[in-house]
Amino acid sequence: MTPFPSLVPALPEILLALGAMTLLMIGAYREDSTKLVNICAILLLIVAMLIVARLPDATTFGGSFVIDSFARFMKILAYVGSASAILMSLHYQAREGQRAFEFAILIVLSAIGMGMMISAGDLIALYLGLELMSLALYVVAASNRDSTRSTEAGLKYFVLGALSSGMLLYGCSLIYGFTGTVSFAGIAKASAQGGGIGLVFGLVFLFAGLCFKVSAVPFHMWTPDVYEGAPTPITAFFAAAPKVAAIALFVRVAVGAFPGIVPQWQQILVFVAIASMALGAFSAIGQRNIKRLMAYSSIGHMGFALIGLASVSSGGAQGVLGVQGVLIYIAIYLAMTLGTFAVILSMRRADGMVEQISDLSGLARTNPALAFFLALLLFSLAGIPPLAGFFAKYYVFLAAIKAGLYTLAVLGVLASVVGAYYYLLIVKIMYFDEPAKGFEPMPGELKAVLGVAGLFNLLFFVYPAPLLNAATTAAKSLF
Amino acid sequence: MILPALFFYLFAGVCVASAFMVIAAKNPVHSVLFLILAFVNASGLFVLMGAEFLAMILIVVYVGAVAVLFLFVVMMLDVDFAELRQGFLQYLPVGALVGVVFLVELLLVVGTWVIGPGIPRAITAPIPQAITNTEALGRVLYTQYIYYFQAAGLILLVAMIGAIVLTLRHRPNVKRQNISDQVARTRATAIDVVKVRPGQGL
Repeated sequence: MTPFPSLVPALPEILLALGAMTLLMIGAYREDSTKLVNICAILLLIVAMLIVARLPDATTFGGSFVIDSFARFMKILAYVGSASAILMSLHYQAREGQRAFEFAILIVLSAIGMGMMISAGDLIALYLGLELMSLALYVVAASNRDSTRSTEAGLKYFVLGALSSGMLLYGCSLIYGFTGTVSFAGIAKASAQGGGIGLVFGLVFLFAGLCFKVSAVPFHMWTPDVYEGAPTPITAFFAAAPKVAAIALFVRVAVGAFPGIVPQWQQILVFVAIASMALGAFSAIGQRNIKRLMAYSSIGHMGFALIGLASVSSGGAQGVLGVQGVLIYIAIYLAMTLGTFAVILSMRRADGMVEQISDLSGLARTNPALAFFLALLLFSLAGIPPLAGFFAKYYVFLAAIKAGLYTLAVLGVLASVVGAYYYLLIVKIMYFDEPAKGFEPMPGELKAVLGVAGLFNLLFFVYPAPLLNAATTAAKSLF
Repeated sequence: MILPALFFYLFAGVCVASAFMVIAAKNPVHSVLFLILAFVNASGLFVLMGAEFLAMILIVVYVGAVAVLFLFVVMMLDVDFAELRQGFLQYLPVGALVGVVFLVELLLVVGTWVIGPGIPRAITAPIPQAITNTEALGRVLYTQYIYYFQAAGLILLVAMIGAIVLTLRHRPNVKRQNISDQVARTRATAIDVVKVRPGQGL
């Protein structure tokens, strides 16, 4: 008889699940409990974060749930992203008169899914985590029912997401069929001698599904429409935490399950990375809406992050370097994105939210502090030293060059130069154009998020050791 | 040994016959009742195989819930199946031809199937004698695969919350029943005694 599996490694997920159900009861039976539910959800995520940080390395549920340094690192990032998204939605919900307490609960449930994805040790856990996260995302994307654009965003996301889930499942079943196991370790053992054409087919379908979740080209079509249509705090959430979880899953699957057939997936990733960076750089130039612009920007950034993964040419030092690049990139991307969305969320005039880039014109004169922070974040997104975004790109390019992927690195640098154009264009609009009407004063919690994100980006180069060391430890735990 | 065989042919025969009657009966209500008979006989077959848990689940879920729901829908909708089935005999030859083609194809496919020598022994798990069906299933579902089971439960919870979030609307001008308000109502809050003086009105 199999003994009951240890629940300790899954403690954060269990806490979040029980907490979400309790909050659901509070929300359903108490009048006007939106604010209470929101704050409790943030506290839950913070407690989960503290627990994750202290969990020892372990594997449970028959190998389908893994806690290692990598899982700890990524889970903390995912929980930070989720908690910040709820925090940034407080003012928006109060102002727009949205009384839906379920918003925060769905984000918590989605965070459970992210935790399951990050800790996934086999294909079934991977799929269940992915669906739990995505299903909650489909609902929150459509949560503003009175707006046709939000409904359209939700529907589009759902239909395309279901399609990608189908591809992913097809890939999983092929992989299971050709290796006879669902566990990543088992697949790695079965594919150590190269694997057959069937396994590669399965791998391609699996990667297609994962590319959809990280919105990498050519599976990016949903991103601009969903980002533009969804309510802004939800766009902020989409751009941050789910990307972290999906990239983590990508790394775990590629490195954990297919170390034997690296050349096969490396060429896929090289193509996906180049295409994402190019599309992110060129398509963003013509955008007028800042949320659409951020969508293309996030596509481009996912391309840069995947450079790191593509550089995992073998185990050992080179593998650690590549994964470490991904981890550093994604951590800094999270900070840049959350900060930028804090600014976008504060673009509010008396008659409502505005989201055109032209609305930012002359911001330096109407609100110098906001303009300064946004300019800082945009410089960082463009990758200009000495801001954090430069170091993010530096580490992935370093890994690519060490792996001998010179073309990839050069194209990446070129794409980031093109990308710098539209980031700097916004800075120019803010500093040199005629001032438009000023925005309403920024609420405190957005100021806090923006301040923390801005200072992190500004001062990262002074003391980068904690993040670098954590990323190295996390990357080493995978090899 | 003769008794189980006898019961097997009894259950199997009634099951096949009632399954045929499901598609042959004129009255749709009779069809559903024959469906229930088929389910009950199938669960008898499960009992003969030693799968008593599945037998009971078949009765509880399929007869108790699904078939009753069918019956309910059939009675509610009042579909004229006789009309729908008109021309059934007319199209029978074509249908039979297609069926025969499929059957031949299937036979050709199955005929070339070679089963590996070790496979049949590998896939038939021995039926554990010491524990009951229910316990064995419980061990698989709630111990070995508890993680997947609970995760699937969470996904269903999200689906439920999502359906409610996206469709529930509180309309402002609709009177809704509030039971605690009704219960809390007392004589003092409900009745207002007014002294009306003659010739003055209220």
